[in-house]
Amino acid sequence: MSLDVTLQTDPGLISSDPIEEARRQIEICNACRYCEGFCSVFPAITREKVFADGDITQLANLCHNCRGCYYACQYTAPHEFDLNLPQALAAARTDSWERFAWPGGLARIFQARGEALAAALVVGTALMFAAIAALPGDGAGFYAWISHGAMVAIFLPAFLLPLFAIGIGLRRYWSEVGGVRVAWADLRDASLSAGRMKNLDGGQGQGCNFEKEERFSDARRHVHHAVMYGFLLCFASTSSGTVMHYVFDMQAPYGFWSLPKLLGVPGGILLTVGCAGMLMLRRRADPALGTPGRSSGERGFIWLLGFAGFSGLVLYAVGGTWLTGPVLALHLGGVLAFFLLTPYSKMAHGFYRFAALVRDAQDQRVRADV
Amino acid sequence: MTLKNPKQLSAGVWDVVIAGGGNAALCAAIEAAEKGAKVLILEGAPKVYRGGNSRHTRNFRCMHHGDLGPLIETYDEEEFWQDLLRVTKGETDEDLARHAIRTSEECLPWMQEHGVRFQPSLAGTLSLDRTNAFFLGGGKALVNAYYITAEDLGVTVAYEAQVRHVEIVDRRATHMDVELGGEMHRVQGRAFVLASGGFQSDLDWLARAWGPSAKNFLIRGTRYNMGVVLKDMVDQGAETVGDPTQCHAVAIDGRAPKFDGGIVTRLDCVPFSIVVNKDGQRFYDEGEDVWPKRYAIWGRLVAAQPDQVSYSIIDKRSIDLFMPSVYPPISADTIEGLAQQLGLPGNALAQTVDEFNAACRPGDFHPQKLDGVTTEGLEPPKTNWARSISEPPFYAYSLRPGVTFTYLGLKVDKSARATGPEGLYDNIWSAGEMMAGSILGQGYLAGFGMTIGTVFGRIAGQEAAKHVA
Ligand SMILES: Cc1cc2nc3c(=O)[nH]c(=O)nc-3n(C[C@H](O)[C@H](O)[C@H](O)COP(=O)(O)OP(=O)(O)OC[C@H]3O[C@@H](n4cnc5c(N)ncnc54)[C@H](O)[C@@H]3O)c2cc1C
Ligand code: SF4
Ligand code: SF4
Repeated sequence: MSLDVTLQTDPGLISSDPIEEARRQIEICNACRYCEGFCSVFPAITREKVFADGDITQLANLCHNCRGCYYACQYTAPHEFDLNLPQALAAARTDSWERFAWPGGLARIFQARGEALAAALVVGTALMFAAIAALPGDGAGFYAWISHGAMVAIFLPAFLLPLFAIGIGLRRYWSEVGGVRVAWADLRDASLSAGRMKNLDGGQGQGCNFEKEERFSDARRHVHHAVMYGFLLCFASTSSGTVMHYVFDMQAPYGFWSLPKLLGVPGGILLTVGCAGMLMLRRRADPALGTPGRSSGERGFIWLLGFAGFSGLVLYAVGGTWLTGPVLALHLGGVLAFFLLTPYSKMAHGFYRFAALVRDAQDQRVRADV
Repeated sequence: MTLKNPKQLSAGVWDVVIAGGGNAALCAAIEAAEKGAKVLILEGAPKVYRGGNSRHTRNFRCMHHGDLGPLIETYDEEEFWQDLLRVTKGETDEDLARHAIRTSEECLPWMQEHGVRFQPSLAGTLSLDRTNAFFLGGGKALVNAYYITAEDLGVTVAYEAQVRHVEIVDRRATHMDVELGGEMHRVQGRAFVLASGGFQSDLDWLARAWGPSAKNFLIRGTRYNMGVVLKDMVDQGAETVGDPTQCHAVAIDGRAPKFDGGIVTRLDCVPFSIVVNKDGQRFYDEGEDVWPKRYAIWGRLVAAQPDQVSYSIIDKRSIDLFMPSVYPPISADTIEGLAQQLGLPGNALAQTVDEFNAACRPGDFHPQKLDGVTTEGLEPPKTNWARSISEPPFYAYSLRPGVTFTYLGLKVDKSARATGPEGLYDNIWSAGEMMAGSILGQGYLAGFGMTIGTVFGRIAGQEAAKHVA
């Protein structure tokens, strides 16, 4: 995108608008480029000279908040350029999710406030207790507590509606960043990058600077891996159960050596351990390098995700006892709150991050072609 | 570890006391600590600004045969030496210089072993990928890595610890007077390494050496290199090298901060522009050579203009020909409009541009090489890239001299030992900018400052440790 260079920002004009401020800092980085090798953000910066709003949104979503560029920067406060790129990009990134969220407004509440997430959990759980009380099933296992029909009636919309909302957000994202038709190669490159969390490895495998200031560490990459793969395994577990139910007519409960359990148990463990690790690392990390004002919402989200995973494990452990009913309500309540809030909580970042990686792969491919 | 209690400074006798906390000081500290010495770093700056000018650097020049780290092909001693000879016009000490060049090769792996990471040549600097190894994250990342390594080795670091005086008795330094937290401390040691940089941040000293106009110079690096230790040593009769009146100054954006503007304030548009002073007059051939070979000359040229300021003017066709600058250009659709915004006399500027345009001859303009597209009958001429300034919008950037470092330094031998009135000192070594004048008497070779600091910092540390062993 060739824009007029006079649109360049004055490096001394610190702005309270997240996009303006990110633009100011990105332009300073573009004149410096010392951090080029840390992540995908800097090579993408050097491909432009001036940055449209969509460029800023794309760069912000590409950033993984590894913080390498903060600790390496010679222009951090008290220098008058006051660089804090991890924070500036985090602010612009969160701002973009809140703008793209549909319906608008919800994201602002749930991204900012952990209490809102907690309230959602309570409501979700209450709902499940009510459902269990009102619609007991006559099947085996969970279906002794709640009928299969009721489960489907609650969770099908709770799954599809947020997916639909995220779809709308992603469309808005794609159009703002100027994305074009996605090629398989873009998806492959993005998946490879996301699968290894390449942007958290410091560029050379030394790790990131999340919780140990100038020192590099792989801890965040590892716990984030645990969360991501744990989540994907749990998701795969549920999906396999659905397929077994409908395609093969095999009803729950499933034994330990079944696909849903073999995927779900390690998934739940990874998710629980990952979320706990994430919360621990966050306590050591400098909050000034994250999104201003979103700490509570981000923490709340990790608790919620961890709760969904952990309660799933407990549910399995208490299987067959009288505890199954209450724990089932808690677990399903957590899952319900998590699903419904996906477009409006920190969970949205996974979708936008992946879209940003696809867009980045695409941008590199398109430029290499010409 | 970081010093917690200032009283600790004077509690005992340190093995090796190091003045300064930049690259040279850190290399010395690491070497000395690895040899088992009890080392103290006295860094005058607060922790956020630790690392002097080293925190602003991006690369280091290194001799090598075949690929080495990020470096490709070969850069041998002779080629390196010839490059140095060219920029210093012979103002160098061949013995010391060749020693630095030869040792640079083993420094790169040493740096890696001590936490420094390299990255490929930055976008826009491809021409350096054979000679200069770039630091991942730049100089501050390098400085951070060294501080971590030093602290892991048990080195004590005192921040905001200003060395005021080195006490010397009969060729032997006995202690330093150090100001910390508003109090003076007497820091005793058995060996001392002086690595506290040049004096460029002391504007009064700069003005005494250069003339009053120096007060208008911008200082590209740290504000903490005030030459206090250097002056103290000179006052005590230490032998010096390098021109005491000269500094390395390059033309940078005139809007840059007074201190610590660093790399982003550079401006690469001059060769594609005409440069006028505040009277709207040209004063030098803007197209004499490619910019990396001319930016230092332009520092002096601008310093000689009224108010030490100039303006580089281009038209629409040249705006994308150089690396982005951190400041937005000033722009207008007419030359008069531009003059008005810059506060220049409109008629004079218009006339200068008209005369320049009239002197331009058609030719094959080529931004990437000396294209020989020159003016005819113009004084001063523009001998390359002389394309008319005629397509609006017109753009301007202001230029001011930005000082990188001063040349005056302590005289050292190959073991980095400093020299007093009665010959070599017993236990004083010096490294980095503080003795670089021995090798870089004038001019500058990109990346060589870090080479000198690494080579002699390491030697100083080894020698100091040997002395106390
Ligand atoms: C903007 C810029 C970019 C540069 N880029 C490069 C490059 O890419 N490659 C290259 O090779 N060179 C570069 N140079 C030159 C390079 O910075 C120096 O050659 C090198 O850093 C010198 O290292 P040093 O350790 O001697 O000094 P410094 O790194 O300047 O360290 C001096 C230290 O002494 C401390 N100090 C000063 N006075 C006192 C006192 N009285 N008591 C205690 N401590 C004191 C300072 O706080 C500082 O920590 C650049 C310079 C600048 C300004
Ligand atoms: S974060 Fe700082 S050091 Fe890194 S590229 Fe940006 S300005 Fe340069
Ligand atoms: S925080 Fe990490 S990922 Fe984000 S821009 Fe800086 S270096 Fe890149």
